[in-house]
Amino acid sequence: MSISLKVNGKTQEVDADPGTPLLWVIRDDLKMTGTKFGCGVASCGACTVHLNGEPVRACQTYIDDVEGAEITTIEAMSEDKIGAALQQAWVELDVVQCGYCQSGQIMSAAGLLRENPTPSATEIDDYMYGNACRCATYQRIRAGIQRAAEILEA
Amino acid sequence: MNVNTSRRGFLKGAAATGAVLVVGLRPDGALAASGNPTMLTPFVQIGSDGSVTAIIKHFEMGQGPATGLSTLIAEEMGLSMDQIGYDFAPSNPQIYNNTLFGPMQGTGGSTAMANSYLQYRQAGAAARDMLLQAAAQAWGADVSDLSFADGMISGAGKSAPLGDFVEAAAALEAPAEPRLKDPSEFRLIGNPDVRRLDSAAKGNGTAMFAMDIQRPNQMIAMIARPEQQRATAVSVDASGAEGIKGFISAGVLPNKAGVAVFAESTWAAMQARNAISVEWDTSNAETRSSDQIEAEIRAALEAEPTYNVNDADVMAVRAAIDGADTVVEETFYFPLLAHAPMEPLNCTIEQTEDGGILMHDGCQIPTLPHGALAEIFGVPFEKVQIRTVLAGGSFGRRATPQADYQVEAAMAFTLTDRSRPVHLVWSREDDLRSGYYRPAFGHKVRVGLDGSGNIVGWEHRVAGQSIMKGTPFEAFAVQNGIDHSSVEGTVDSPYQIPMASFGLTDTEKATSTLWWRAVGHTHTAYVMEVMMDMAAVAVGIDPVDFRLSYLNGDGPDQQRKAAVLQLAAEKANWGNAPAGRSQGIAVHKSFNSYVAEVVEISGTAEDGIKIEKVTCAVDCGVAVNPDVIKAQMEGAIGYGIGHNMRDKITLTEGVVDQFNFPDYEPLRISDIQEIEVHIVPSAEPPTGVGEPGTPPAAPALANAIAAASNLRIATLPMNDNGASFV
Ligand code: FES
Ligand code: FES
Repeated sequence: MSISLKVNGKTQEVDADPGTPLLWVIRDDLKMTGTKFGCGVASCGACTVHLNGEPVRACQTYIDDVEGAEITTIEAMSEDKIGAALQQAWVELDVVQCGYCQSGQIMSAAGLLRENPTPSATEIDDYMYGNACRCATYQRIRAGIQRAAEILEA
Repeated sequence: MNVNTSRRGFLKGAAATGAVLVVGLRPDGALAASGNPTMLTPFVQIGSDGSVTAIIKHFEMGQGPATGLSTLIAEEMGLSMDQIGYDFAPSNPQIYNNTLFGPMQGTGGSTAMANSYLQYRQAGAAARDMLLQAAAQAWGADVSDLSFADGMISGAGKSAPLGDFVEAAAALEAPAEPRLKDPSEFRLIGNPDVRRLDSAAKGNGTAMFAMDIQRPNQMIAMIARPEQQRATAVSVDASGAEGIKGFISAGVLPNKAGVAVFAESTWAAMQARNAISVEWDTSNAETRSSDQIEAEIRAALEAEPTYNVNDADVMAVRAAIDGADTVVEETFYFPLLAHAPMEPLNCTIEQTEDGGILMHDGCQIPTLPHGALAEIFGVPFEKVQIRTVLAGGSFGRRATPQADYQVEAAMAFTLTDRSRPVHLVWSREDDLRSGYYRPAFGHKVRVGLDGSGNIVGWEHRVAGQSIMKGTPFEAFAVQNGIDHSSVEGTVDSPYQIPMASFGLTDTEKATSTLWWRAVGHTHTAYVMEVMMDMAAVAVGIDPVDFRLSYLNGDGPDQQRKAAVLQLAAEKANWGNAPAGRSQGIAVHKSFNSYVAEVVEISGTAEDGIKIEKVTCAVDCGVAVNPDVIKAQMEGAIGYGIGHNMRDKITLTEGVVDQFNFPDYEPLRISDIQEIEVHIVPSAEPPTGVGEPGTPPAAPALANAIAAASNLRIATLPMNDNGASFV
């Protein structure tokens, strides 16, 4: 079945079953590999993308539910003001270790900063709770979000 | 220039004939240089366009060798960090071997920097000297009048980029012993402002992990595995998967370890794997439960140990303890633990045009799958290539003596006609239920103290499942029957404990055992440091002072361990915790590095503990990339604390009870409020940083909990003991 998806501003037809998770269509059909698979059960956040600007777990989002919606992946985040600030902060503070969770971390962090431009440490912890990092880069993720907030304020 | 796209192949060919200088090692270990990159497997490659590429012989799982080894080259060549790039080395156990592993290329035991520090500096220094010599010849100048900075060679009134001399330098002999910089001249080594080379790509989605390999026309393979270890596949009925869009085929692996399911996409493979039915032969399957494993280990601790590890006079030790004024005794148990790297295991195998085998993998010990693949496909060693890409974590999981997942991919590939690349993908369930775990271990310790609070005897028994026995590593890791990895961190502790005996008993393995970040130290440090704490508390001596009294010898081992202990205590304001907070401390040497940690908590075990702050002091010799070291300590602390708070793998009649993160809950961002890391300045050779931060973390937390709540946790994980965390 053909479904049309609008990813990073571009509408594309994909030939996939309606119940296919968005994650696999993005990775396997659209060949955009920045969005990661970590658990498949919405408990790690590695697959986080934006749906109409809101972070969602792509492994538990099905393509027939998102036809026509604006889907944004990490590949488009450099063009987003908040995304670019986060990426700059991530490099300044060397947040990453293995890096595998970090696309998802940045997607979630962008959702947080859109909602709350100056989050406290506790607010960051609450919002980012579902984004696991097995390398435990959490302290730098927290600092990175606060640094991005600073960059955006300036 | 007129670039005609139809002639790109030619242009590329022309570019490839541009001069290069490569510097590396000859098979006999001597430094060598060449102008032909195919003649030598180098540590550094320099193009006539001035590009400098460090060839990284270790894989990058986040621990930082891509940045670290590049730093060494850039340091000696006088480059800035933005003037160097990196590439991962091909599999070649002669040239890219880990010098601490023998003729084997691989990463592990926190050795990447320790075994590369001189090699990569020498390669960079040789390249620098050759380029300088070539410039001197071109300009008719004396080498000593020329200098090298930021990629420019200057002197004798001239200045030119290094690329100008690549061709001439490539014709020169490599110096046998290039002059290495004196540490006083270092600009990059030890510089906390040096940034990782892989940060940007990992923040914008362009970093290529093994999972991201999409070879043209590749198939996805997933494996249906038995529920119990050692069960085997008899047959498969794939009719249930027939209607699934993208399903290709299913077949029993030649080694019967499972059933390969092939599909056009990952989702199709996942669905098809659920839809097939497999007949399993469970006649040889593992049927023990984890309760039984625990009972066996606890029983072994009550019996006389098989091995007297330090040839102690056990009777004398026992008599000393029996006659002591105070006796402190505890029995500990550590469960199986999964590694759960963020990127599920996967790799891609394809056949090359000349009949060779090419594997794309986040490959931790290339030599092991290299040999396995050559054997499985019946091709000579040279016909197997391994292309190493970024690995999304490992913690030891990507290195198995059996090359488990690479062999699985190869087995699957043999079921095909090899016309299409096969990308083997694991799910999180495959990962957590794979059977490769930090083995279960138990310890029983009795410590006797005299009326002044001095230790007069320490009897220590260890029982558990050996990691090294039955693997190719047995020959060097097991001596006189003793698997050193079962007792490392006890018998070789720098503490000078009088009248100590260490005994070991192996118990039967119910799962495959595997090194897990910090290996034996994951349990031995916990036991040593909780016992030291219990002993100190029992005799009313401050835990830091108590430890220091066993570290007051003049050996560097004692002094370095004492120094990190004192530094961590000082930085954490030890003994002066703010109201409502409690502190615990632990210090441990592993992988030749010394780490002390103070954990400060609020709350109590009953009402919920909050980890407010961890203060860490580390001595790892020369700190090549201080910020990478800090990051490794932060991550290692999280790894040590997270699992010991609440994770375990359990078995019911041989079947793993856990499936996915919801029942193997990872450390979350809210679990630790703050981590502060201090590095001891040192001129000693660099030692490990990936693992040594893990061992002291959990015992420091346990000691803080005991200080707050009088709850001594000896059976892990902590939340099995009524300790809750908020
Ligand atoms: S892969 Fe979607 S949350 Fe883990
Ligand atoms: S950086 Fe490795 S999982 Fe987050």
